[in-house]
Amino acid sequence: MTERTNLPATESKNKTLDWLDERTGWRMVRDLADHKVVPIHAGTAWYYFGGITLFLLGIQVITGVLLLLYYRPTVAEAFDSVRFIMTRVQFGWLIRSIHSWSANLLILAAFVHMFSVVFTHAYQRPRELTWLTGIALLGLMLGFGFSGYLLPWNQISYFATKVGTDMAASVPIAGPAIAQFLRGGEDVGAATLTRFFAFHVMILPLITFGLVGLHLLLVQFHGMSTPSGVSPSQLAQMKFFPNFFLRELVIWYGVLAVLGTLAAIFPWELGQKADPFASAPAGIRPEWYFLAEFYTLKLIPSHVWFFEGELLGLLGFGLLAAGWVALPFWATSRDGEHRARLVTGAGVFLICYLATFTILGYLK
Amino acid sequence: METRPDSGVTPRIDSRQDRRTVVSWLLGGGVAASLASFFYPVIRFVNPPAVSEASVNEVDAGKVQDLKPNSGKIVKFGNKPALLVRINDTEWKAFSAVCTHLNCTVQYRESRHDIWCACHNGTYNLNGQVVSGPPPRPLEELAVQIRGDEVVISRRA
Amino acid sequence: MRAPAIIFLLYWSLSGGAPSAPAADSCMTCHSAMEEGAKGPATLIKNDVHFAHGLSCADCHGGDRTSDDPTIAMSKPKGFKGKPARTAIPKFCASCHSNPDIMRKFAPGERVDQYELYRTSVHGKRLAAGDTNVATCIDCHSVHDIRAVKDSMSPVYPLHVAETCSRCHSDKQKMAPYKIPTDQFEEYRSSVHWEAMSKRGDLSAPTCASCHGNHGAKPPEVESVAAVCGTCHVTFEELYEKSVHKAVFSGAGGGGGCIVCHSNHGIHQPSTAMLVGPHAVCSECHDAGTAPAQTAAQMGAWIDALDRALRQSDTVLAHAEESGMEVSEAQMRVTDGREDLVKARLALHAMDPGEMRKPIDAGMAIATETLGAGQAALRERDYRRMGLAVSVILIGIAILAIRFLIRRIESNGNREIRGPQQGPL
Repeated sequence: MTERTNLPATESKNKTLDWLDERTGWRMVRDLADHKVVPIHAGTAWYYFGGITLFLLGIQVITGVLLLLYYRPTVAEAFDSVRFIMTRVQFGWLIRSIHSWSANLLILAAFVHMFSVVFTHAYQRPRELTWLTGIALLGLMLGFGFSGYLLPWNQISYFATKVGTDMAASVPIAGPAIAQFLRGGEDVGAATLTRFFAFHVMILPLITFGLVGLHLLLVQFHGMSTPSGVSPSQLAQMKFFPNFFLRELVIWYGVLAVLGTLAAIFPWELGQKADPFASAPAGIRPEWYFLAEFYTLKLIPSHVWFFEGELLGLLGFGLLAAGWVALPFWATSRDGEHRARLVTGAGVFLICYLATFTILGYLK
Repeated sequence: METRPDSGVTPRIDSRQDRRTVVSWLLGGGVAASLASFFYPVIRFVNPPAVSEASVNEVDAGKVQDLKPNSGKIVKFGNKPALLVRINDTEWKAFSAVCTHLNCTVQYRESRHDIWCACHNGTYNLNGQVVSGPPPRPLEELAVQIRGDEVVISRRA
Repeated sequence: MRAPAIIFLLYWSLSGGAPSAPAADSCMTCHSAMEEGAKGPATLIKNDVHFAHGLSCADCHGGDRTSDDPTIAMSKPKGFKGKPARTAIPKFCASCHSNPDIMRKFAPGERVDQYELYRTSVHGKRLAAGDTNVATCIDCHSVHDIRAVKDSMSPVYPLHVAETCSRCHSDKQKMAPYKIPTDQFEEYRSSVHWEAMSKRGDLSAPTCASCHGNHGAKPPEVESVAAVCGTCHVTFEELYEKSVHKAVFSGAGGGGGCIVCHSNHGIHQPSTAMLVGPHAVCSECHDAGTAPAQTAAQMGAWIDALDRALRQSDTVLAHAEESGMEVSEAQMRVTDGREDLVKARLALHAMDPGEMRKPIDAGMAIATETLGAGQAALRERDYRRMGLAVSVILIGIAILAIRFLIRRIESNGNREIRGPQQGPL
């Protein structure tokens, strides 16, 4: 940075900004941001979904911190503290319902964002690491959903966690160890609640912030991707600041309106306090984002050939997940040919599978 | 607002400038109002409510002198009744007073030193266990602490 | 009667549980090899509680179990008693069951006065007069496969008692000579007591023996009906005893206490329809327009009003809950009101409106309070929706404003940049 000579004080407000710039270099960041452009083409609308996901994550952080002011993470008090928030704290019902609804919308947005990347083929070289960090973030969001779901300590969440950790235990070899690590013991109980609280409030957020930072940095580094075969120079570009960002603000406002409506008209229920000795409520099932896998496992017969059914199912999921993570690497053949149609086919198949089995899981 | 050079500008340009002002105000006002509508609930939220405890874990049950030995009284514990029994000068017991049969409120019987439910003649002993009658489960016992001359009932750990 | 059976079962289970056959029992050996009829007892006895204690055929029937020769095994000199006559059965069983020294060996806590009680009963008296149609021990307890009372397959297990009694008492032909009605079992099966026992599994609910006695079975006297019902329904009896009805119902031809209004066997869930209306029991004695009839109507009206008020609170609170409002505290308060309703129905039995006033007033206060809470919750819900509408409008304005801003910024066509720019770096 060159040394600044005394600039004429043309307008008084520049003095403060100059002072800050000398010390923080903020103008450099602003200049970089000023260069950010967004290509304009038929699929431009899909660019919004990364921002929507980020916005919802921000909502989760804010509402989560607010809830943290009143929530108590012990078996004796968790449920009552959530009831307290819902009934006694000013606007507690709003903050809590927004947090619960936003969690679902966040995961939905993350999936839409991921699939939009698949269908616009934005995972290709050199953006493989962006894809990998993105998939890791999706996993983290699911982890947030799973750990957060237990925290109200009601019947549904308790038994859903039992079912979920039981499934984890059936993973071959490492399964029981994983389940013990998750539960903090043999059964879902006080130790599990403490652990899940730690995951939800500190461990997962730390990792998430790191990965989001990396993910965003990579996006800035590579710039926005363009449709296959079209180079950026062939397209008209829109400045990110202020043009695209203002449009994003409009959408974010719209998302807020949706969240507020959901919170006011369909408030998140309190349920009944968890009673480990009661039998599981009829029709217990995990939240919708785990439903497809859950239902698939239910359908597999207990023994296929000489393999245990559940084992086979989990292996299948494992292979599917591994294949999906490695998408950028098999999407391009050795000769450099981009297997666009294969990838699109795989994406369509996955959407159909997830949608169908989620719906079936709800109906059954 | 900058001063305009007096060059006989047409009113049309004037109104465009006015429209811009209106839009600016609308923009600023709308955004400000919407932000206020977000911040207002948040600020009210962080202010703790009057009743600051989430669940009732402890209740003040009066003074030691208020209850004679071999007698009992009903005390409000949260939104459920609790039965406080003074067995003798030094021994106290407390139970949830909700009968496990059909939820009537039980009472202490001085003549028999037991706990009785008038609805269907259920009887419990001073350990909360069912002695006779229809109740299927014992009464939940609560902890009693004497702090000075105050009697405090709380949930057992 | 239960405590001895418990001790008996404990002894039985501690002694290994499985029936322990005495060594080389010729009665069992021969009779097991026989045809149906003579084989029966030998098969049945495997389930018998006496057999489980090492007792077998010879211990009741006498004879010599060690001899394989039937003429010796079943001979009088060896003490063989054979099959006792029906009139001799009670004494036959009593030879052990009334002997404390014998019973102490197997079940020290068990009663030994069954025979004595039986002799005072209607069954016992008729049997003594030579009537073999009446019940004896084996008619209720079965024979050869006698199970403990606590055994759920026993004919005298609480759930089965009524059925066992009805084997004779629902038989019109059998009961005709005694002029006893035969509708008791059917009535009992329609009653709340049977429902309590069969559906809710409350084995302490009354069955025939609870009111009539088991061994000393006899219908209770008219003036003792209230006392019998009062063994469980304590407070009702207390109030009734102080009421004007006691003197009326307890006399000869009075009808017999509680059963005048509530019936004896077919006791159904009471309701205010018993007080006032076309099926009212009060109007069977009290003419319309008289003071007692008006009191009955008044009390019925109070109970109905409180019930309605509590239901209304319930409805409003449920409505609020469905809209997502948290009203569990108010809903719990309604159960307090329900308790007052229970107390009001109880107070009814004093036949004195003054007794009823307190629980009715307390209950109505709770109903009003909870209704208010429900309505407040609904108002709060409306307030929230109003707030939502306001913020959505504000958001709408903000969105419009931003769009204007966008349009203004881009009015000079400066949305698009053509050029080779890729990323900012």
